[in-house]
Amino acid sequence: MNVLEFTGLVFLGSLLAGFLGALTGLGGGVVVVPMLALLFHVDIRYAIGASLVSVIATSSGAAAAYVREGYSNIRIGMFLETATTAGAIAGAAIALHVPTSAIAIVFGLVLLYSAYLSGREREEHGPQLQSSPLARKLRLDGTYPTPEGKQPYAVTGVPSGYGLMFGAGVLSGLLGIGSGAVKVLAMDQAMKIPFKVSTTTSNFMIGVTAAASAGLYLARGYIAPGITMPVMLGVLAGSMIGAKLLVQIKVKVLRYVFAAVIVALGIEMIFNGATGRI
Amino acid sequence: MTVESNTPAQGGFNDQRIEIIIGVLLRTGVLLAAAVVLAGAALYLLRYGHDVPNYTTFHGEPERLKSLTEIVQGAIALDARGFIQLGLLILIATPVARVLFSAIAFGIERDYMYVVITLIVLGILLYSLFGSAS
Repeated sequence: MNVLEFTGLVFLGSLLAGFLGALTGLGGGVVVVPMLALLFHVDIRYAIGASLVSVIATSSGAAAAYVREGYSNIRIGMFLETATTAGAIAGAAIALHVPTSAIAIVFGLVLLYSAYLSGREREEHGPQLQSSPLARKLRLDGTYPTPEGKQPYAVTGVPSGYGLMFGAGVLSGLLGIGSGAVKVLAMDQAMKIPFKVSTTTSNFMIGVTAAASAGLYLARGYIAPGITMPVMLGVLAGSMIGAKLLVQIKVKVLRYVFAAVIVALGIEMIFNGATGRI
Repeated sequence: MTVESNTPAQGGFNDQRIEIIIGVLLRTGVLLAAAVVLAGAALYLLRYGHDVPNYTTFHGEPERLKSLTEIVQGAIALDARGFIQLGLLILIATPVARVLFSAIAFGIERDYMYVVITLIVLGILLYSLFGSAS
């Protein structure tokens, strides 16, 4: 395989990853690293560097489309970013001292957990919920568009959501992923924010979180232009197409399909890490 | 202070406007980054398209693809990899610009609590980008 073929194939794989990542709110990063490591036998450190940059592309590219729809909440995003960016720097620092096989195993476990979260039934939270005093003080509540017009929503569980967000940041810095699944978990489950607001705000936050560790990765030589170029362009194109379709199609079936793919990749990552192949 | 200012809709209007401006800003940054990366990709594929890639073993990128100033110098010299790296740098800078812009927007809104929150995020980002380079 020469550089032309390698670039073309990585581009196509990344296109699909970005598309599915934007549609499901799980981010393309979770698939990009296993794809590069398992399919293309790229060293996991290069894979993480490329993924991290693509995660910024996913977030920034899709955010432009999302904000027009009025789903994402900038105050929730900004407040929680104090936790995710601090976590991202901690995660990148941890990555310095951890062997690649351990990173592969942690990655596999995160993949399995992401799949579990996305496959789980969730309850839509009613508008009758009252905001907690802390959420009200931080003015986190807002409105989002529904077929019946603008719907106000309340926010609660701020401390637990904040703690989960720090964890999401650590995983992002350690693994080069957006940690969309953990971010959505923090907002949707812990803070009772409507699902669509959670996924779009998560997508919005992912770029800032990834940028917090990207500088550290660049300085460490983890970002190889020959790999990152097709990954970034592919994921960007895919995520823009995905974001355009998000409001129009039902994602339930797709989430199950994506979850199945993630389970398979997770098991393979753990196996390869445990046997020392990564 | 009117009664309406207690409802989320009032704050939502200003936020919505800020978000749309930020959305345009983000998209511009991303498209610019993509254009630079694409130009670098064309150079790269023309020059190295038939080489055999080897990414199986990690050796880390050389200094000219790691430091901010050397990346810019490489791109000016039309070095293919330097050009790609410059595009990636622009991409990494878009979220930073987004946060900076949010801080200004919250300032215009006189929402000082969120100005402080946003500046904390900005400080962490700048530490990562410049604190680690030295």
